Amino acid sequence: MGPRTDHVSTGLRRKASSQKSANRRYMAAILSTIYMGMGQLYNGQWAKGIIFILYHTFIAITSIPVLVKNLRGLITLGDAPMKDNSLFLLVYGIVSVLLLMVVIGIYILNIRDAYKNGELRDEGQKPAGFIRSVRNLFDTGYPYLILSPGLMALTAITFLPLVFSILIGFTNYDLYHSPPGNLMDWVGLKNFHQVLTEGSWARTFRNVLGWTVLWTVLSTVTSFGLGAFVAILLNNPRIRFKKVIRTVLIIPWAIPGFTSILVWRGLLNTNFGAVNQLLAYLGVPAIPWFENVFWARTALVLVNLWLGFPYNMILVTGILQSIPGDLYEAARVDGATGWQKFRQITLPLLLFSMAPLLIMQFAYNFNNFNLIYLLNDGGPAIFGQQGAGGTDILISWVFKLTFNLLKFNYASAISLIIFMIIAGLSVYNFRRTKSFQEEKMLQ
Amino acid sequence: MIKSEKLRGNLGLVLTYLFLIVMMVAAVFPALWIFGSSLNPGDSLFSTSIIPERATWVHYKELFTEMDFPIWFWNSIKVGLSTSALVLLLCMFTAYAFSRFDFYGRKSGLMTILVLQMFPGMMSMVAIYVVLNMIGLLDTHLGLILIYAGGAVPYQSWLMKGYFDTLPRSLEEAAIIDGASRWTVLWRILVPLSLPIISVVAIFNFVAPFGDYLLARLILTSPEKWTLAVGLYDFISGQFGKHFTQFAAGAVLAALPITILYLLLQNLLISGLTQGSTKG
Repeated sequence: MGPRTDHVSTGLRRKASSQKSANRRYMAAILSTIYMGMGQLYNGQWAKGIIFILYHTFIAITSIPVLVKNLRGLITLGDAPMKDNSLFLLVYGIVSVLLLMVVIGIYILNIRDAYKNGELRDEGQKPAGFIRSVRNLFDTGYPYLILSPGLMALTAITFLPLVFSILIGFTNYDLYHSPPGNLMDWVGLKNFHQVLTEGSWARTFRNVLGWTVLWTVLSTVTSFGLGAFVAILLNNPRIRFKKVIRTVLIIPWAIPGFTSILVWRGLLNTNFGAVNQLLAYLGVPAIPWFENVFWARTALVLVNLWLGFPYNMILVTGILQSIPGDLYEAARVDGATGWQKFRQITLPLLLFSMAPLLIMQFAYNFNNFNLIYLLNDGGPAIFGQQGAGGTDILISWVFKLTFNLLKFNYASAISLIIFMIIAGLSVYNFRRTKSFQEEKMLQ
Repeated sequence: MIKSEKLRGNLGLVLTYLFLIVMMVAAVFPALWIFGSSLNPGDSLFSTSIIPERATWVHYKELFTEMDFPIWFWNSIKVGLSTSALVLLLCMFTAYAFSRFDFYGRKSGLMTILVLQMFPGMMSMVAIYVVLNMIGLLDTHLGLILIYAGGAVPYQSWLMKGYFDTLPRSLEEAAIIDGASRWTVLWRILVPLSLPIISVVAIFNFVAPFGDYLLARLILTSPEKWTLAVGLYDFISGQFGKHFTQFAAGAVLAALPITILYLLLQNLLISGLTQGSTKG
């Protein structure tokens, strides 16, 4: 029976059912609003009703007082130093809000359930028995059931700390307001105001943000460009030993990034590094790879190029091989030149397939802490910048604010700004990306 | 006319080969250099050369006799294996739900995953530190494993979902008609068909702890619990170059198994990467 006939038949039945009992659904919903499970009892679903009532009683006795206490703690962040730890109160508060949302969700489901079953009775049908209700729940709830382990991990390990960090950005948590000896307090938007507008903070923020954006674009574009170039060269059928060449070129990708960055730190050492020794043979004076801002930035882009081009080469090779040969065949018949084939067939398909992966690399490089920090500690140091060195990107500056300056509040405020940039960029682009829109149609 | 075109083609070929050779040298040079350094007799970066006159394996021996290196290696393996197993389990379920069911909140859930995977765990490091401290998991491997696994779930689920999406549904539908439960469908049909992506996820998550410095440094404070990255960094932090040859030997030993694994399984890893992430 399709939905339309179903609708018609319920309409008929509704007319047929007695008029005076037509608002059992509202009664059931109101009862369940007053006390969970009452509506279900009213609907004659005894087992379900009793379970809801027991649940409601249990929550009311055990959890509500704790929830209230924790929410108060979240608002005040503690009254007495040493006795109250603001950080703990903050965590308890966040967890309580999450739990409260679950409780409210179940409460709403309970009201909806009472209403739905009341409606069934209004239409002269009997609500489902307990066994069938459980089976129904299991059926519609199945995806949620298997999602729950991953969801819980995500909530506890990614989401909760993220919310915590965001909230810290609205407090005065720093060296002087550090629990347990001192209390923290909410300060509203003050941190953002300071970082974005106040003297040396604003100047540092502008400089670091400028370099972060430049770095993101340069690092992604260069490693994609070189990777794509090599892949296209290797796609030439006249090149031999492809497998060997590809394997050798993949080596930088296969070596764990951590070790190769530290090795590059040695290679680029200004006094003893192999790169400057090599340049000395060619008569080039020693380059201050780590001491001068311009050269330190150049070094970062070069090392990232070495690290990143094989990955792009691999991706582009895969895409090139998936382009159907008859496209080129048709172009050849039409008399297209090699360049035209590249421009009209290869490039559009390549960019189309690479778009989501490129955005991911943008986001990755925007927060590429490992490379910045392990190669050069974000240096060289710059006088008058609030802890930020010449190659520090936002995320490594946040790291330094946290561990060197103990400015947790500013660090969190900047983290939140990073969050908004990255989230905005990625959501915007993924919405635009065709693969995301088509995703629904695949189902 | 035809001759000159052919000549130009050959010239292009020669230039291509030349370029590829330069690239190949650049790709392997750091690896050769660090291996050469590890064979140098002295201690510091100052005196190292890529082809040492008196090559010696003494630094490798030092790693095992005088340093905590074997402990760090074992710690990394332990953390890597556990992280990998945990991530696989979590992602399999998540990917199955997103790939095969239509439910309320599905699309916004996918979007949330996409956004969440953009944030490195280090962005919330203060929070991670405080929370682990509260539940007593600071300076434990369990704490580190949980953080790694939680951080990996969004991206790896996305990867796996992308792979599941490419598998035909006809088999599952047939199985369901034959009375198979959805549990059976997952374990008997989807999992065996997805072995490539499962291996990819397993390997990536096994290897990741070998390369992470920051979170391991934040969470593990006692040297006997360190993983390789923390230990190796400790060799060369302070005065860079003082223990450079020991670092070189350690780096070679740490990188070699992973590099070989990646090179041997490159086709598998690559197909997993491209299939999983371009679709979906």
